[in-house]
Order: sequence, then C-alpha cells, then structure tokens
Amino acid sequence: MIDIVSTLRRSGRELIAHIDFPLLLITLTIMAAGLATVNSATLDSSHRLLSQAGNMGIALVVMWFIARLPPHRLMRFAIPLYVVGLLLLIAVFLFGIKINGARRWLPIGFTRIQPSEIMKIAMPLMLAWYFHKYEATLRARHFIVAVILLAVPFGLIAKQPDLGTALLVGSAGFFVIFFAGLPWKIIVGLIAAAGAAAPLLWGMLHDYQRKRILTLIDPTTDPLGSGYHIIQSTIAIGSGGTFGKGYLHGTQTHLEFIPEKHTDFIFAVFSEEWGLVGNVVLVFLYTLLIGRGMMIAAGAQTMFARLLAGAITLGFFTYAFINMGMVSGILPVVGVPLPFMSYGGTALVTLFVGIGILMSIHTHGGRVNK
Amino acid sequence: MNDFHNADLDRERFRFRLVIAVLVVLILFGALIGRFTWLQFIQHEVYRTRADDNRITLIPIVPNRGVIQDRNGVVMAHNYSAFTLEITPSQTNDLETTIDALAEVIDIQPKDRKRFKRLLDEAKNFESVPIRTRLSDDEVAKFTAQRYRFPGVEVKARLFRQYPLNKVASHVTGYIGRITDRDLTWIEEEGQQANYKGTDHVGKTGLEQHYEFELHGETGYEEVEIDAGGRAVRSLKRIPPVSGNNLQLTLDTRLQEITEQAFGDRKGALVAIEPATGGILAMVSTPTYDPNLFVDGITSENWKELNEHPDRPMINRTINGAYPPGSTFKPFMALAALEMGKRTPQQAISDPGFYNFGNHTFRDDKKGGHGSVDMYKSIVQSCDTYYYMLANDMGIGNIAKFMGSLGLGQRTGVDLGKDDSGESKGVLPSPEWKKQRFKKPEQQKWYAGETISIGIGQGYNAYTPIQLAQATAVVANNGVMFRPHLVKEIINAKTGEKRPIEPQPIRDLKLKQQNIEVIRRAMVGVNKEGTGARAFAGAPYVAAGKTGTAQVYSLKGAEYKAHAIKKELRDHALFIAFAPADKPTIALAVLVENGGFGAQSAAPIARMVLDYYLLGKLPEGAAREDAAAVEADAEP
Repeated sequence: MIDIVSTLRRSGRELIAHIDFPLLLITLTIMAAGLATVNSATLDSSHRLLSQAGNMGIALVVMWFIARLPPHRLMRFAIPLYVVGLLLLIAVFLFGIKINGARRWLPIGFTRIQPSEIMKIAMPLMLAWYFHKYEATLRARHFIVAVILLAVPFGLIAKQPDLGTALLVGSAGFFVIFFAGLPWKIIVGLIAAAGAAAPLLWGMLHDYQRKRILTLIDPTTDPLGSGYHIIQSTIAIGSGGTFGKGYLHGTQTHLEFIPEKHTDFIFAVFSEEWGLVGNVVLVFLYTLLIGRGMMIAAGAQTMFARLLAGAITLGFFTYAFINMGMVSGILPVVGVPLPFMSYGGTALVTLFVGIGILMSIHTHGGRVNK
Repeated sequence: MNDFHNADLDRERFRFRLVIAVLVVLILFGALIGRFTWLQFIQHEVYRTRADDNRITLIPIVPNRGVIQDRNGVVMAHNYSAFTLEITPSQTNDLETTIDALAEVIDIQPKDRKRFKRLLDEAKNFESVPIRTRLSDDEVAKFTAQRYRFPGVEVKARLFRQYPLNKVASHVTGYIGRITDRDLTWIEEEGQQANYKGTDHVGKTGLEQHYEFELHGETGYEEVEIDAGGRAVRSLKRIPPVSGNNLQLTLDTRLQEITEQAFGDRKGALVAIEPATGGILAMVSTPTYDPNLFVDGITSENWKELNEHPDRPMINRTINGAYPPGSTFKPFMALAALEMGKRTPQQAISDPGFYNFGNHTFRDDKKGGHGSVDMYKSIVQSCDTYYYMLANDMGIGNIAKFMGSLGLGQRTGVDLGKDDSGESKGVLPSPEWKKQRFKKPEQQKWYAGETISIGIGQGYNAYTPIQLAQATAVVANNGVMFRPHLVKEIINAKTGEKRPIEPQPIRDLKLKQQNIEVIRRAMVGVNKEGTGARAFAGAPYVAAGKTGTAQVYSLKGAEYKAHAIKKELRDHALFIAFAPADKPTIALAVLVENGGFGAQSAAPIARMVLDYYLLGKLPEGAAREDAAAVEADAEP
C-alpha cells in the first residue's frame, strides 16, 4: 500500500521534474489573457476559443517532451533540423505556392506547410552548436562561417517575400553571434553600415514592402490597403484610454473595424478592451518572461546552452516588440504574431519548443557533459 | 589551467552581454509604453471621438473599365450607364414586405428575387444591393413618384459592360462575370485585393481576362461618416477613381465579321497574322456566342444550351482545337529537307503511286502516281510519295526538331486568357513525346513506320490553327518569328498616352534565303497551277498557298479527340496562305471542320479574306463552294 503511494509520488515528481514553474506560470498567465482576447475577437463570427485551447494543450505537451531531453541530446538535432529546414526553403523557392503575391508555402498532399517556421528554432540551434564545437579555438573565420549559415536561409525567406519571418530568423541567428562574443567594434560598424546602406536596401525591397513603410509615415496614403490596418488599430488602442472599454465591449473590435483581429492584430483588441493599464501589465509579463529566460541563460553550464538560451529569450522579446510596435503604428506592418496571445497552432508550438529548450537547459544544468 | 581561466572569462563576458541585452529590452519596452501613453492617455480624446461618435467608413468607388476597340477604333467592349433599383438592408424595416410592396410598382420577377437573395448573402450590411437592373425611364418615373413609401430603397446609376458587336469576335474579347472564389484567389495572388474592394465583375476569358489589371483601373473612395445604424451622415473626402486603360487591337473587326459570315454554319477556325509584327488581323472560331449573356450572370438555361451544344461554341478553336495539318505540312517538310541538306530542289523521285515500307504499302492519292516529281511539283500537286520517302530519309528526330523551331506543338503565348495555360500545345510527335504520352511499354516505342505518315501531316501530328498561322508567317517573314498578339497598344483613358505592345521577335531561324524562295515559288505555283488554282483564279495579286485535308477517322491527337467524337466523319479541310508573295502583309491558316477537301471549302475562305484585306473587296460569290474542285491530297 505504502509502496504504491510512494511509487505514485515518485513518478509524479518524475513527471514534473523538468518543468520550470516560474516560466510556466508566466506563459500560462499570458496565454490566459490571449485566450480571453481570442474569445472576444471571434465571438461574433468564427468562435476560435476551443480550437485555440486545443492548440495550447498540444503546445504544452510538446514543451513537456522537449524539456525532458537533456541539452546534449538537443544538440544532435542541430544539423539535421537546419539541413532539412534549408532544403525545404529551397523547395519553396522552386515549387512553392503563391498566396498574396508571396511564395511561402509548400504543398504536401492534403495540406501545405511553411518551412520558414522550422528555421525560427533551427537557426539558433545550429549556430549555438557551431560556436560550442569551436569554443576553444574561436577565431574570426568562425564568425564569418556563422554569418554565411545565417545569411542563406535569411535570403531565401526574405526572397519569398516574408520580411517578418526573415527578420525573426535573422535576429535569432544574430543574437547567438552577439552572445558568442562578436567584437563591439564590428557591432558598432554594422550599425553605422546599416544606416549608410538604408537607401540601397530601399531599392531592394518589394513594392508592397515599400508601400508598408510609406504607409507607416502617412497611413492615409493607402486607406484601402495596408494603411487601413494601421489607422483602425491605432484608433482601437487610442480609444481604449487608461482603463479600456471593458472585456467584450471594444467597439472597434465588435464592429469589425480591425482586420486580422484574432491573429496578427490581436493586441489592438486587447488594448481597446483593457486600456493602458492592461498594456502595462502585459509588457510587464513579457519583461518577467525575458528576465526568467536571461537568468536561465546566465546560469547555463555550456557554451551551447548559454547561447541558445540567450538567443531564444531575446527571440521572445523580438516577437513581442515587433508585433506591439506594428499594431501601435511605430513599426511597419510585417506578419509577426504576438507571442502566446495570437491565434494559431503552428506559431504556438514553435514558441513552446523554445520554452521547452529553456526548461531543459535549466533543469539539466548539472548533468551536462562538457 | 589555461582552459579554465578562459571559460571563466567567457562566462563573465557573456553575462556582461546579457546585461546589455536586458538594458536594450527595457529601453525598447519603455518606448512602447511611451507610445501607448501617447495614444491612450494624451491623445485619448482624439481617438475616442473617432471611434465612438463618428465611425468613419470608406466607400469604394469602382472605376470605369477600359474600352476595347479594334485597329480602326471600332468599339468591341464598352460600358453604359443604366438605372438600377437598390435596397440597403440596414435601412429597411422588413425586407420581404418591402420587396412585395415594390413589386406592385415595378415588375419584379422571381429570378430577380433569387439573384437579390444571392447578392445579399455576399454583401455587407451597409451596402446597397440591386433588386432590378436596367430600369426603363418609365419605371424610374413610377418609382420616384412613390419613393416616400420605401425607406432604404433608391434608384442608382451604375455602369454595365456591353459588347456591341454581339457574336462577332466573342472568343477574342471574352467576357466579364461576377467575381467567384477562384477569381478572388487570382486577385489576391496579384496583390490586388485592396483595389478590388467594391468591384464585383472580373474578366473571365479572352482579352477581358488577359488584360484584367490593365482594364480595371484604380478604385477611388469616399470617406463618409456613418452613425451607429450604418447610415451615411456626410461625406468627408472623395478621391475619384482612375479609369482603366483602353486596349487598341491589331484585329480588324470588319475582316473578322466577313470571315465569320463566310464560315456560315460550318464549324472551323481562321487566324490571320501580319508576318512582320505578329499582330493578329483576324481570329475566327465558329460557331461563336454572345458574350452579353454573361455580364449580368448567365441564366442556367442559356448556359446549358451553350455548354452542351454538340458544336461546342464556347471553345476557341484557334487556340484550343488541335488538328492534324494534313498536306499543309508539306511546305514545312520541304523547307526542313532543304535546310538540313536532305534534298535539293532539282532532285526528283519517280512516283509509282505507292511507297513500300516493311510489309506495309503507303498509297498516294493519285492512282498510278505523279511520275517524276521534284520539290516544286511535290508541293504544287501535293504528292504524298515524295514526302513518305522524305520523312523516312529525315527521321523523326530531325522532323521534330525543325517543326519545333517553327513553333509547332508549342504554346504561342498569344495574349488571351489568364496565362498561357488556356492555350493547347497540340502534339509535335517524337519518340520522347510518345514515351510520355503512353503508359504501356509496347506503346511507348517509336516505330520507324510511324514516321512515314508524319511526313504528310497525318499520324500523331496535331496543331492548333494559331500554330499553323504562326508557322506560315515565319516562312512569309523569311524565318523571323514573332509572338502572335492581339493588342497593339494600351491607351491611358485620361491622358491619351499610348503604350505600344512592341512586336517581340521570338527568334530568327536563320533560314537560307534561296531555300525560302524555293518554297515560296512552289506555294505560288499551288495557287497558279495546282490544288489552289481554282479558288485563286483571276486574283490580281500573287498569293502563296497550300491545301490540306485532315482525316478525322484516323485522328489520334489526344486533345482534340476528347470532345470530337462525332457522327460526322468527313475530313477537315485546311488551307495556309500568305500574300502578296514577294512582300507578304498577311499570313493565314484556315480550318473547316468536316469540310472535306481543303481546296473545296477552306481555300475560298482564304481567297475572300485576302481579297478584302489586300483590295478592300467585299465578298460576292467569292466564297462559293466549288464542289467540282479537284483535290489531289493526302492519304494515310
């Protein structure tokens, strides 16, 4: 009898052994807010509450599995995942389906996949593994190789064109290189060069991307197209005021003025109904999430774990910042969802793969073979 | 140990960088909070006003669709304004009673109600939906007198598309119809969805579809304040729409009309091309249909009749019908032989009236044969034996290579339909083609005996009339090939600025001038003393031509077969021509389905087209069917 109880207790402990509770608690809180907002956004039309809850369940299971894998086993996925991701991106380039003028999807039988999603994880994993491998002998040429490993998928995704995802993948890779010790001189130089190259970059942008940037400066130039999104979402945020219009009472939301309101523009819905107070709380929650991630990175034992944890954490920040920035009208409209809030299974699973990796790094800390 | 020290230092550096990263995160998040404070605290009143008191909405203003006109300015597609009776659902109390009451004033048919229901499902609440289109002046007056009874119902002037030539050139202009989900996908792929807010029609076939984004124009909009009920309170700003571009064609509608009449009730196709530019002068596919039927949504009875008619009027035979070229293939074979050095013009064969290959005998059309036959005579008298032998000497690989360079068996890229997938490729037979076409290994093998009948344009050969016209134009133009096209220039409706569609040379075949002269002379001979002589008797210009007859019962062209299982198994008649022979301004290919001999029914149509185009002469008995014409033509 006692044996059974203690066995149960032991296996219970074993089940949760690799869960980091602060991290779980923060993400669950943000997701609860997300779920409520998805409900509000889709109440009049498509009712996405249950399917989003289902997505969250799946994502949590994925997280649990990943968290149980020790970092040195995660490391083994680095090359295969990167190579598969790269091949799929090339396949998209060659045979992808065009939707909305962009070639992002690859048809596989009954459905289609978006391979750039894989790169969001594969890129930091690959670069972290690479720097880890050459840790003892790190030279300039290793940084050059890393930049090439970063540039090829980045170029393929930007070419699709999917500026949003390219930015996320590119920044994830850059964060690894930054944490690996890219000299400050080069970083400052890069920033200066980027400023100088801006006009050149402008020439390389697609028409619709330029339009988005111009629209940002003056949204009224394109009120039927992308300017419409920005105009309506800023009205939603601004009219929310300090305390918001109250849950389910956002007029902009419920009168169908906000486009893509349960996906990329969900923040406008949240902001209209919860106001400035809600926004500050949400930004605080993201700050806590990033803080916890940074703590895990600081305590990580190996180069691999350290770089990966740091890059993933800053990745969360990038998602959140770009999304809230675009919805509130200070960044151009690119297709980036708000992490843990926006509706959509694929993005959520990707995010929880990231959370799972952080947990794995944290809970396997002492047992890592160097 | 050194290693340890490094690791510690590394971790130290890493932590420093983490701190920097956290600082950047805090600064940027701080900036966001700043932005939120600006929007939600400082500017709150501004946005509250915009969101709550007055909801501003944008009402798209649909632009005028561009006009399509022929080379002489004859209008083929335009818009006219008509009154429609429209209901705004959000402003009426009860839809059903409103419509019932309206029906007492104005004639409303059950089909009008049905269409209204369908449109209502697609429309947004504050949009007005038409219940009746094309009101007469009388009806407008009647309604206006009783208007006070019908809140939310109004008479509006809307633009409708019209094709004033009705059935003439309908396969060329195509037609527009209501936007479906499939059209929507296309519009999204082109990144045009913002510009199509408010648009409910889109090009479905022909030029209307190919040049959709030229013809459509830029949607304007009106910014209006609406109250909570969705009623427009006042207009704030109006950006007028920009009309779509007009298309000026290379086509001559008069020539087109005369040609269509010449076909009478016979099925067939004709393509006439200006060799030096590729501009299409006439593109006829009979029977035709009336594109006006489609504009308002075709009724199911009309659609059924058009779609299930055994003559298949909806098919554009010029680009979607693939037919064996019959003896019109011979001049191209002869040119190939000269270019590849397989024959000289003088080299003669002795024709006993048949050709034995293996244990099969290929018969010539003329019993007893043509005697001694050189290249000139082989074309003028259309001698089969000459080409049986030639095909065997050249081999299928050489034939396929040369015919491919003439554009046979390939899409021409003519500017019709959404993209060139609407055009049939036809069949350019080769061992590779056969391997792909058939599944069983024994069917995949190319037999040398199959090459023989390829030489006289039979066998697997199947080409579209536009391909034959293009190949003829290449010969007429000394080997320089242009993409056949219908639009000459695109005209900005407002500024009148013209954007010419440049003639695009696809390639120069680099044919030897003396070889072309041999073929030209022989084709002139056809119309002077050969199979085309009767049709071209007394012509005041010199025309080069070649007759052809394609056998229906032995037809193996995969694409045509599907929709051509017919009661009638008469041969198809063909004719290719260009004129004036020394400096050609027109090249054409004619096909008359089940027309019998090429000389009999196809050549007179070609004569009539050339008479009109070169002399301005209208047909009077010129298109006579000369049953007595003797045709010495193809045999399998």
